[in-house]
Amino acid sequence: MTSFVKPKIRRSNEPLNELGLARADYEGNMSTLCAGCGHDSVTAAIVRAFYELSIPPHRALKISGIGCSSKTTSYFMNDSHGANTVHGRMPSFATGALSANNDLATIGISGDGDSLSIGLGQMAHAMRRNVNMLYMLENNGVYGLTKGQFSASADFGSLPKKGDPNEFSPIDPVAFALSVGATFIARSFSGDRKQLVSLIKAGLKHKGFAIIDVISPCVSFNDHKGSTKSYAHTYEFYSKAVHADYIAPSQEIVAAYDEGEVMPVELHDGGYIQLRKIDNSYDPTDRGAAFNRVMASDNANEILTGLLYIDESQPDLHRTQNMETRPLNEIPYTELNPGAEALSALQSEFR
Amino acid sequence: MSGPGLNDFVIKIGTVNGTGSASANGLLMKSIFRMGIPVVGKNVFPSNIQGLPTWYEIRVSGDGHAGRSGEVHMMVAMNQATYDQDLAELATGGVLLYDSTWPRPQLENRPDVTVIGVPLMAMCNEVVKAARSRILMKNMAYVGAVAALVDIDLGVIRSLIEETFAAKAKLIDSNMEAVKLGYDYVKANYECPLRFRVSALDKTSDKVMIDGNTAAALGCVYAGATFGAWYPITPSTSLMDGFVKYCKKLRVHEESGKNKFCIIQAEDELAAAGLIIGAAWNGARAFTPTSGPGISLMSEWIGFAYYTEIPVVFFDIQRTGPSTGMPTRTQQCDIQTTAYASHGDTKHIVLYPSDPNECFDFAVRSFDLAERFQTPVFFLSDIDLGMNDWMVDELTWDDNYVPDRGKVLSEDDLAKMDSFSRYLDVDGDHIPYRTLPGTDPKGAYFLRGSGHNAHARYTELGHEYQEVVDRLLAKWESAKTAVPAPVVQKAASQTRYGMIAIGTSDAAATEARTRLEADGMPIDYMRIRAFPFTDEVEAFIADHEEVFVIDQNRDAQLLNLLLTETSVPREKLTPVLHYSGEPLNYRFVCDELMKRIKLRKIA
Ligand SMILES: Cc1ncc(C[n+]2csc(CCOP(=O)(O)OP(=O)(O)O)c2C)c(N)n1
Ligand code: SF4
Ligand SMILES: [Mg+2]
Repeated sequence: MTSFVKPKIRRSNEPLNELGLARADYEGNMSTLCAGCGHDSVTAAIVRAFYELSIPPHRALKISGIGCSSKTTSYFMNDSHGANTVHGRMPSFATGALSANNDLATIGISGDGDSLSIGLGQMAHAMRRNVNMLYMLENNGVYGLTKGQFSASADFGSLPKKGDPNEFSPIDPVAFALSVGATFIARSFSGDRKQLVSLIKAGLKHKGFAIIDVISPCVSFNDHKGSTKSYAHTYEFYSKAVHADYIAPSQEIVAAYDEGEVMPVELHDGGYIQLRKIDNSYDPTDRGAAFNRVMASDNANEILTGLLYIDESQPDLHRTQNMETRPLNEIPYTELNPGAEALSALQSEFR
Repeated sequence: MSGPGLNDFVIKIGTVNGTGSASANGLLMKSIFRMGIPVVGKNVFPSNIQGLPTWYEIRVSGDGHAGRSGEVHMMVAMNQATYDQDLAELATGGVLLYDSTWPRPQLENRPDVTVIGVPLMAMCNEVVKAARSRILMKNMAYVGAVAALVDIDLGVIRSLIEETFAAKAKLIDSNMEAVKLGYDYVKANYECPLRFRVSALDKTSDKVMIDGNTAAALGCVYAGATFGAWYPITPSTSLMDGFVKYCKKLRVHEESGKNKFCIIQAEDELAAAGLIIGAAWNGARAFTPTSGPGISLMSEWIGFAYYTEIPVVFFDIQRTGPSTGMPTRTQQCDIQTTAYASHGDTKHIVLYPSDPNECFDFAVRSFDLAERFQTPVFFLSDIDLGMNDWMVDELTWDDNYVPDRGKVLSEDDLAKMDSFSRYLDVDGDHIPYRTLPGTDPKGAYFLRGSGHNAHARYTELGHEYQEVVDRLLAKWESAKTAVPAPVVQKAASQTRYGMIAIGTSDAAATEARTRLEADGMPIDYMRIRAFPFTDEVEAFIADHEEVFVIDQNRDAQLLNLLLTETSVPREKLTPVLHYSGEPLNYRFVCDELMKRIKLRKIA
């Protein structure tokens, strides 16, 4: 079969963003995922976030590995360059692409198999380098595309559709990211569109490596009773710690929320991420405290969500590499060629 | 056969690695070079940091032969652990120089060899206090001893030492003092110079001594490469070291102090490949240096770049395989791997440089070919070429060079088009157009390693899939006319024998051909410089009755590639295989060829 290109049909009176684009302008091909798959909801949230941020689609990059989740890069923003790369290796490709042009808003899409087994190393190193990208880990506890084997995020004792419960220790992407040093770490749920959209927006605006671990249930292989990554289980144990809203440079910070304290974190573009703490005792800028809180909630079977850690102060890869502001791919060759004379001069050391 | 004689002999120095002997050996070679005499230097070193045997071989070749000879005429035996082996390796009439601080009467058991004892350590201990300095000074002392024996100009040695220690004047005198210790002792106790010695010529004034990795690194800089990623592996590391060095020197913005390049030390070769493929997709000229084990790891990505048509350059500096093999020894063992790297039907462009000058030139050409044909290009070097200093013509650059960025659509191009299809053969040359991210919404396309059609859309339809992979094959075949053509050395008279080689087999093959012809055995020689093979290759084989194919590997990889990719009959090709890990020498080639030719004459 050939993939189906959804025709763009504009509704009249459709709301437009600052660029004059409608939400439909951020859509992609028709999804071929199973009806009800969490990943489709994540795609919808991504469309909304890019639309609301008024990012020109052709100034964005969408890069993924392999898996049902990774397929979704073709289901949004047809006007962006996209790449469905190889299994577990999206981070290296994305890092290279960004090195050539750091001006593009980059979103990486991956799954728990793609990220936590075959791709654990590359994900860790993208974090260490503080690559300026948003990394979506669409987490369903299984390898959907290869038909339901447990992934490394499967919880102790979680039941498969058939067979024995999982006996291996799970890798919690949030705890992992905290220990490796990612600078924006969040968790969300495909079923919570509102929270997810604001986290995606904040993550895209964060300068550095942002990861969102999104619980995104697989209806075909991991949505049954006894599974800890089912819709029902997630709704039951879902808990919100910190809201995060992106406030553009032009907007004003609105203080006072009923739920909790407001804490603005200034961004490099002059805007803010406004944190609203639901749990007042939690400080998402304190790495040690965040780690303790995440471990405690893991132990209590609680699915802690929201923006769990943020550090805007670390330089991203572009800065640590002391690179020019001009993208590498725009520097003219005349400026790259040292010339014949220089070649002759430098060879004196070889005589 | 040659030597030993005036400006025609081989010195081999056996030491222990980690003792700083490399600079002493380099000094010896450089001083002969500075005297205007062509030299060849080969480093045979262990995969170890300190304490294992290491050798350095200097061939003095007034006639300018570029490869090894296969004989040793003077052994500077500085490693007691290898005395026996070193003694055994000397040619009849040779000279063994050793440190007689610890006398070794057993060295006298080869009556056909002269043993010269110099109490190097004892002399150094007398004048130098610090232990580490003593060892370094002992190295300089053997330089002096050799200089006396083969008549190297002390003034030249002094000026080289002055250049090295320009910033530390104190060291100039102490080093010269050590040189003099060895020099004077030998002068006082032995008849000097030896029968084989040097005598100044004027054959090196337009030459440089440079290793292939440094030359390739310079090629990357001049080609306009802006992105490099690598995972350290011998013998490729020095290529990236060179790129770093020259980028820091030549590629930093004068005012802002910011870099016009990005170099990432990856977590492994899988990442290195992904990094450069991502960067190249986004329009940077990108490369990675690696060796066999790295190529194995990169294989999945290589197929991805091939199928999605991303221009990247892989520098494979070969070392002895399989597996970890002998990491510091040479071979041409990745000929087959690089030709077809990755699963599925994949075929690549591979360049085979044979000296540092070609390393420089082919590095530049690799990027042009990669971008012209939108495909990975392999630059296949080896440790002999990459890490040894070779004497070559000074590298030159044409300031009129314009990089061939291939078929990339600009914003203006896109504005004039109704629609864009990434994998459509618009021009009938099998090469589609590509776009860079961020240019224009019309240029957007989706890159995927899964089945895709000419419009870059997912497909599982057989005919759509085939349309793309058939074009890929046609594209690869069309590269034949763009890659460097073979170089042929024809015998003066008609001959039924041909010889084929690639890369670092060239120096030995060239010398063997010259010498065999002088001995009445004319042979035509073709050096292939790239894959896919150009039409001349098949024609050359057709023109000869028997063709010797030199391979520095066990399995005759080049020969088998010729059989796969041409229609020549197997019986015509005779393998000449050298795979001990040492660089090839002309004696080996001569011996092998003579054996076969004589056999044929008898039969
Ligand atoms: C090198 C390699 N090994 C195995 C596979 C097969 N494979 C495809 S997707 C996948 C797992 C994907 O799991 P996950 O990332 O969780 O994605 P999901 O389908 O669950 O969204 C595997 C093992 C592959 N494509 N490549
Ligand atoms: S198999 Fe699971 S993960 Fe894959 S599309 Fe279906 S529901 Fe989604
Ligand atoms: Mg999964």
